[in-house]
Amino acid sequence: MSGVLTALTDAGQMDTGEAILFWVLAPLIVIASLGLVFARKAVYAAVSVISVMIMLAALYVAQEAPFLGMVQVVVYTGAVMMLFLFVLMLVGVDAGDSLVETVKGQRIIGVLGGLGVLAVLSGVVGTAVYSQPSGLAAVEEAVTNPVGLAYVIFGQHAFALEVVGALLITAALGALVLTHRERLIAKLDQRTRLDARMRALAGGGTVTPLPAPGVYARHNAMDVPALDPEGRPIESSVNRVLKVRGQEADADEYAARVDRVLAGGWADAPEVTEAPAAPEVDAAPEADGAATDEPGDGPSSAAPETGADR
Amino acid sequence: MSLMSYVVLAAVLFAVGTTTVLVRRNAIIAFMGIELMLNATNLALVTFARMHGNLSGQVLAFFVMVVAAAEVVVGLAIIVAIFRARRSVSVDDVNLLKDVRDPA
Amino acid sequence: MITTLSAVLTGLPAAEAVEPVAAVAATGAASAAWLLILLPLLSAAVLLLAGRRADGWGHLLGVAAPAASFLVGAIIAVQMLTSPVTERVQHLDLGSWITAGTFDLRVGLLADPLSVTFVLLITFVGSLIHVYSVAYMAEDVNRRRFFAYLNLFIAAMLLLVLADSYLLLFFGWEGVGLASYLLIGFWNHEVRQGHKVSGDQALDNSVAAKKAFVANRVGDLGMIVAMGLLFAHLGTVSFAGVNEGVASGALSTGMITAIGLMLLLAAVGKSAQFPLQSWLGDAMAGPTPVSALIHAATMVTAGVYLIVRSQPIFDATGDARLVVAVVGAITLLFGAIVGCAKDDIKKALAASTMSQIGYMMLAAGLGPLGYAIAILHLVGHGFFKAGMFLGAGSVMHAMRDEVDMRKFGALGRKMPLTYYTFMAGWLAIIGMWPFTGFFTKDPIIETAFIAQEGQTWQPWVFGSVALFGAALTAFYMSRLFFMTFEGKRRWEPDVEPHESPRLMTWPMLVLALGSVGFGVAFGWKGRLADWLVPVTGSVEHPAPVLPPALITWSVLILVLIAVGLAWQRYAASATVVPRTAPKASALTEAARDDLYQDKVNNGLLVIPGTYATRALVYADSAVVDGTVRAVARGTVAVGDLARRPQTGFVRQYAAMMAIGLVALVIIVLAVQS
Repeated sequence: MSGVLTALTDAGQMDTGEAILFWVLAPLIVIASLGLVFARKAVYAAVSVISVMIMLAALYVAQEAPFLGMVQVVVYTGAVMMLFLFVLMLVGVDAGDSLVETVKGQRIIGVLGGLGVLAVLSGVVGTAVYSQPSGLAAVEEAVTNPVGLAYVIFGQHAFALEVVGALLITAALGALVLTHRERLIAKLDQRTRLDARMRALAGGGTVTPLPAPGVYARHNAMDVPALDPEGRPIESSVNRVLKVRGQEADADEYAARVDRVLAGGWADAPEVTEAPAAPEVDAAPEADGAATDEPGDGPSSAAPETGADR
Repeated sequence: MSLMSYVVLAAVLFAVGTTTVLVRRNAIIAFMGIELMLNATNLALVTFARMHGNLSGQVLAFFVMVVAAAEVVVGLAIIVAIFRARRSVSVDDVNLLKDVRDPA
Repeated sequence: MITTLSAVLTGLPAAEAVEPVAAVAATGAASAAWLLILLPLLSAAVLLLAGRRADGWGHLLGVAAPAASFLVGAIIAVQMLTSPVTERVQHLDLGSWITAGTFDLRVGLLADPLSVTFVLLITFVGSLIHVYSVAYMAEDVNRRRFFAYLNLFIAAMLLLVLADSYLLLFFGWEGVGLASYLLIGFWNHEVRQGHKVSGDQALDNSVAAKKAFVANRVGDLGMIVAMGLLFAHLGTVSFAGVNEGVASGALSTGMITAIGLMLLLAAVGKSAQFPLQSWLGDAMAGPTPVSALIHAATMVTAGVYLIVRSQPIFDATGDARLVVAVVGAITLLFGAIVGCAKDDIKKALAASTMSQIGYMMLAAGLGPLGYAIAILHLVGHGFFKAGMFLGAGSVMHAMRDEVDMRKFGALGRKMPLTYYTFMAGWLAIIGMWPFTGFFTKDPIIETAFIAQEGQTWQPWVFGSVALFGAALTAFYMSRLFFMTFEGKRRWEPDVEPHESPRLMTWPMLVLALGSVGFGVAFGWKGRLADWLVPVTGSVEHPAPVLPPALITWSVLILVLIAVGLAWQRYAASATVVPRTAPKASALTEAARDDLYQDKVNNGLLVIPGTYATRALVYADSAVVDGTVRAVARGTVAVGDLARRPQTGFVRQYAAMMAIGLVALVIIVLAVQS
């Protein structure tokens, strides 16, 4: 495994391969991270963070920390960021920021604050005095990186590890508690639904499923009521939601059309100028018969005609 | 090519994370900014470990990751709870901490 | 006549000097002295605790208690008379009272001629007044409570005179103050039957009670300071210990003078002497038996008792004694002048009481020469003043509680018993031979004329004041007597004066006998003075600056002139006493207003006190509260400022953190570089 890793030169510098890797990845990382600031949509931001983390994992591996690189991919990219994406899906993928800044001056302050942090960090980095980089080769002469880490974690930091374990369990429990929702009403099972329907039957409800809406060829939609065997529209066949939204086709209008057809006229309301309607009287029994032959979809024979008229 | 480059990169990432927290109103994105800051720190820690030839830095980065995982779990749970209550994930909508005497 | 009068004088003080006698342990009847106090105290407790259940028989118990005490006192007196002089001062130890460190105060009673004299006076006059009260308060629904308070007073007063230490005396001192307060304000609410009391009157009565209480507290301050000084310098407050300490010279003369003046302050408060005299007139708001018992015969004389009891202290300081005499002389004139102008019969008697106690104080202030005659006058005064107060009560009883003498007149024929008993008291107080006053007051006047060691102007001043006071006394008492009983009737047409019931007249008769006979029985040849010698001691006295016979004749002649003047002005003619007080000279007007004592008190004490209190209240609210409020306002202002950044926006908080971080790091870098 150590063959994959790069090592420091004698002068404490990274070798050429690592430098190339760094200079390829570093700009990409910065660009990707800026996506976090500028992406309108949260999903894009999440994706950019994921890419930052994967690239960081590569840098970890390059920095003689292959175990952390793997953990970075598995924990951060695989678990944490996936959790972020789940939550994003939960609250709505398109939940983006509006462009209007609500807190006055916050955007400028934020940018200035970020730049300020960058400036002071750079100042600290620049003014700090570093010793000659030693590299981890000496430490890992006998053991591999994961084994060396394991010695430290389970040796020196065993107690901290226990505490962190407790913390993780607590966090899991905390998430359960925070997202838990009390059931406010009793759970509806099949039996209670059946009982409710039987009770509703006495008050004029139905035990069977409600009739399907009438779908006319020319409408090709479920916002028109079905017709009963007598050609009357069935109100309850239209979805309740459509009625609430006011998207229901006018049942009265369809009833009137049926009446006109049954009366031997055209489905469309006769225009005032068209006084003589005798030739169509013959067609009426025919239409009537067709309607009676096909109960439920009675008007469907008339519908194509009217559709043809149009 | 000095290891300083990694530290500078970490500083840049940290600043970007800070800016994200300060600028973005979507709580989830701000939260990701925090994660970015943690990652920048981890990068610095790994670099310092290499610089000093001591694995403690890597161990510390490891613990940061674990704690960050726990933090994310709780933080996201809070965001979900707030979303359920307010149908919003904007941090500006949750400003009950202010003085109520003059609602502004 | 001259020889008789001279005999009075030569008989008075013992010729040779005699030292006071040391106390011996109580034996015989004296060891039951505690019964004296316990009986009335028990009776008071029963009457108060039994409540309305005792209404039917409460007055009987109330009368029985002081009568029983009188019996005990009489037995003790007889025992004392039959024992040798050296065993007449008996001390009864009742056990330890207060033990604190080296301070071990024992409760004890002192049965000596002085205290037994007081015991007899208190219980005898007290019993008579209790009997009188049975009839006088018969219509009052609260008669039982009245008797309870009276018994409480008797108990407290007996404790006062029997106490063997200043602290125990102070206990009784406060007890009589309490009883006085309760009884002055006895009619403190509206009463519609019996003794009718209107709401305004009830309020006035309450105010009078409070006034008496407060004025007495001023005096008590002196008592407490005196006790504190005694304890601080001698470590004891018992009479025996103090006598010993003073005799041993443990106290400097200045300290003794200070203690003496403090004791005088206490006496002045209790005895209504100048300048704490203002409460006595108002104290007449209480029922008349109370005025007779407490505010004439007994309690107000407690100051004189205190001075006489503190004899070793006053013996050692001529300055304090001089102040006592001056206070007595001033009060003597003050009371007499006020008495000349008062139309309220009870207030005139109160002024007279003040004046007569002034005589006693004057006598006490004359030192070893005067202690015995002060007590002599005190006891005699107890008889005739109580008798006159009861007479006044009888008149009020007859006149439907009218107290204005201008609405009396010619009552002598309507109520002969009251008339004659009152006359006895009148003749006694003006010092007419051979009534009690002659034998008790005349020695005071004569002793006032005696120049003691190193004195120059004092005998002339004190003697003249006493002499002039006697003339004034004769005038105002005659005025009172004539306006009430002689002249023409001036009472309202619908009033029908009548003699009081026997329960009231008999005590008056007994007291009148005392007014007539006490002086000659006990003053003659200095019998009481000799009796008191074990306590007061006796000294040789020099001759007065004027011949005694001349003084006596002067007094008698002045008294006769004053009586004649009063007769001429208030009895001889029908028209001389108008129904309403006419305009008069400035002095008369001032006297009618008690010589402006209340105005002076208001101007000097009450109003400055009120303004001082207001100033303090203002300072408290402006400075003290102001500081507190300013601190509070400052806190609020700071909080207001600190509130501004709290917008509730998390991102602003984060921005502040970022800015703070940047600033911190910049500072650190700047410091490092």
